[in-house]
Amino acid sequence: MSERAPESTGTRPRVFLVDDHRLFLSGVVAELGGRFEIAGMASDVDEAVAQIRATSPDVVLLDVHMPGGGGLAVLEAVKAAQMPDPPRFLALSVSDAPEDVIAVVRAGARGYVTKTIEPEALADAIRRVHAGDAVFSPRLAGFVLDAFASDVAAPGDPDLDQLTAREREVLRLIARGYAYKQVARRLNISIKTVETHVSAVLRKLQLSSRYELTRWASDRRLI
Amino acid sequence: MPPDPATAPPPPRPIEGAGRGWFGVTRNGGDRLAAGVAAGLADRLAVDPVFVRAAFVALAAAGGAGVVAYLLLWAVSAEPGHHGEPRQVALVATPRRAVALWMQTIGALLVLRQAGWWFGDAVVWPVTLAALGSAVIWARSDDRERARLARLAGRLPGDWAASVFSAPISPVRLAVGAGLVTAGMAISLIANASLAQAWSVLVAVAVTTAGLALVLGPFLWRLGRQVGDERRARIRSQERAEMAAHLHDSVLHTLALIQRTPDPRLVASLARGQERELRAWLAGRSQADAARLSTAIDVMAGRVERLHAVPVEAVVVGEAPLDEQGRAIVDAAGEAAANAARHAAAKAVSVYVEVEQDQISAFVRDEGKGFDPDAVPADRRGIAESIVGRMRRHGGSAVITSEPGEGTEVAMQVPRRRP
Repeated sequence: MSERAPESTGTRPRVFLVDDHRLFLSGVVAELGGRFEIAGMASDVDEAVAQIRATSPDVVLLDVHMPGGGGLAVLEAVKAAQMPDPPRFLALSVSDAPEDVIAVVRAGARGYVTKTIEPEALADAIRRVHAGDAVFSPRLAGFVLDAFASDVAAPGDPDLDQLTAREREVLRLIARGYAYKQVARRLNISIKTVETHVSAVLRKLQLSSRYELTRWASDRRLI
Repeated sequence: MPPDPATAPPPPRPIEGAGRGWFGVTRNGGDRLAAGVAAGLADRLAVDPVFVRAAFVALAAAGGAGVVAYLLLWAVSAEPGHHGEPRQVALVATPRRAVALWMQTIGALLVLRQAGWWFGDAVVWPVTLAALGSAVIWARSDDRERARLARLAGRLPGDWAASVFSAPISPVRLAVGAGLVTAGMAISLIANASLAQAWSVLVAVAVTTAGLALVLGPFLWRLGRQVGDERRARIRSQERAEMAAHLHDSVLHTLALIQRTPDPRLVASLARGQERELRAWLAGRSQADAARLSTAIDVMAGRVERLHAVPVEAVVVGEAPLDEQGRAIVDAAGEAAANAARHAAAKAVSVYVEVEQDQISAFVRDEGKGFDPDAVPADRRGIAESIVGRMRRHGGSAVITSEPGEGTEVAMQVPRRRP
């Protein structure tokens, strides 16, 4: 994945980093410092919430596992603060367990990448989130396909609880390792359309009341 | 209750030089309450001494026959210590032997009753029941249970508590024994009172029992809780030990290897391999899951990654048992991934497997240099045999899409077998 998000504003996005491993923070700063403006850094939940409110960054790169409630606590506190121009969140974690993915995405993160991601791909993901799109790694795509796979009728809105055939196709190609641009070429659609599909899937993931999604969340008392 | 030492009169001067006694009974000085006769007889018969003592008590109630028997046995049994250690009993005391002993005892009681050597039904039967009941309660169980309870009892306040609770009691034995003792007491009370008073006696017994339950209840409850706490603590420490062992064998070992490895590619591959293994462990995957398609795919990806030092990203949607069809597609995908890692010079290999209602499909993709499928020499049998041929043999198909400079994708699918 190396193409730019088309909505790129031209000015460098201001990125805020939250991670309780300082070594990892400095590594990310070294990788991203040239491409983005680093608005600030924090290594615990309270500091992160205060600093994000003070600096109002464009994108927050958020570690999922931290003492004191983790990335989820930061997401909820920032949401509760009702900032005039709220930042967008990209979750970053060593864990790719489905319950971690579902928790942060349902809490409002626009995407989820693991810490082993290549610097180039991470930069691309940040740009994408900044542009308002969703970032789906192959693993996240696979997980969503899995969660929406069964045809069992779920309670609630059927539009939110099913993926369309096209959305399924897009997710399958992402899960197979294709970048958005390559997905667009294979399906003979524009990148913009791919992004629309992915954003729709993200919305369903956040709002659907499908049994699999709610069970994971409620098991961990996240709802 | 063990027999009071007073039941047996003080033993006369031991007879010097007594050899091995009649019936092979050697008095047991180490485990004695009076002269060690009951303990010695118990050794000989391989029953718990408590049952022998209770039998002596019951027989003593029958016109003093038990006392006479005790004295007789003492006279004819061997002196302990003079002829080496007391006989080692090879037989293990079993409940069956105790029951046999007690059937003999009851038989003897009936004979004595017939013969008129008898203090009366109102005395003998209650004493017999009470003696047997307490023997059931006090008989020992296996050493492990005893040691555990003794340890717990050490933490309870007071010596009396220690002595009470150091006896190993299983709930069933406790109930049976207590039932026998209570029955003995009730018979005694009823037999010695007029029938009109019997009910008030029963009420008195019930009230006393309830009072005892109130007094001992908290103790018993706490004892039960401590046993539970100890068990939980033991499980926790076992889990900790297991985790420590696992981290030692895997993570620490890999970290040590990484410190000694100058080649960054090898370091990355070591780290990824360890990461994969740790994830599988954290997810609780075990040998039992080895029969699942997703596990087999993960294992395959890990193997290719280790062998060729190229990251292999595997995503599995759905789940299926690893039957013949599943194994075929895992092997074919493994061959495709190994090919990609070996020849494509790609940064990474993607493996995607989806289980559908009727078929399993797998896609192995790289963004490497690609090749012209028509230009592969005929002697390179890898693709033709291991991938296309294998899929065909299992009723499926494989399609290879590649262009020089554009990367390669191998798409495979096999039908699922309905069970």
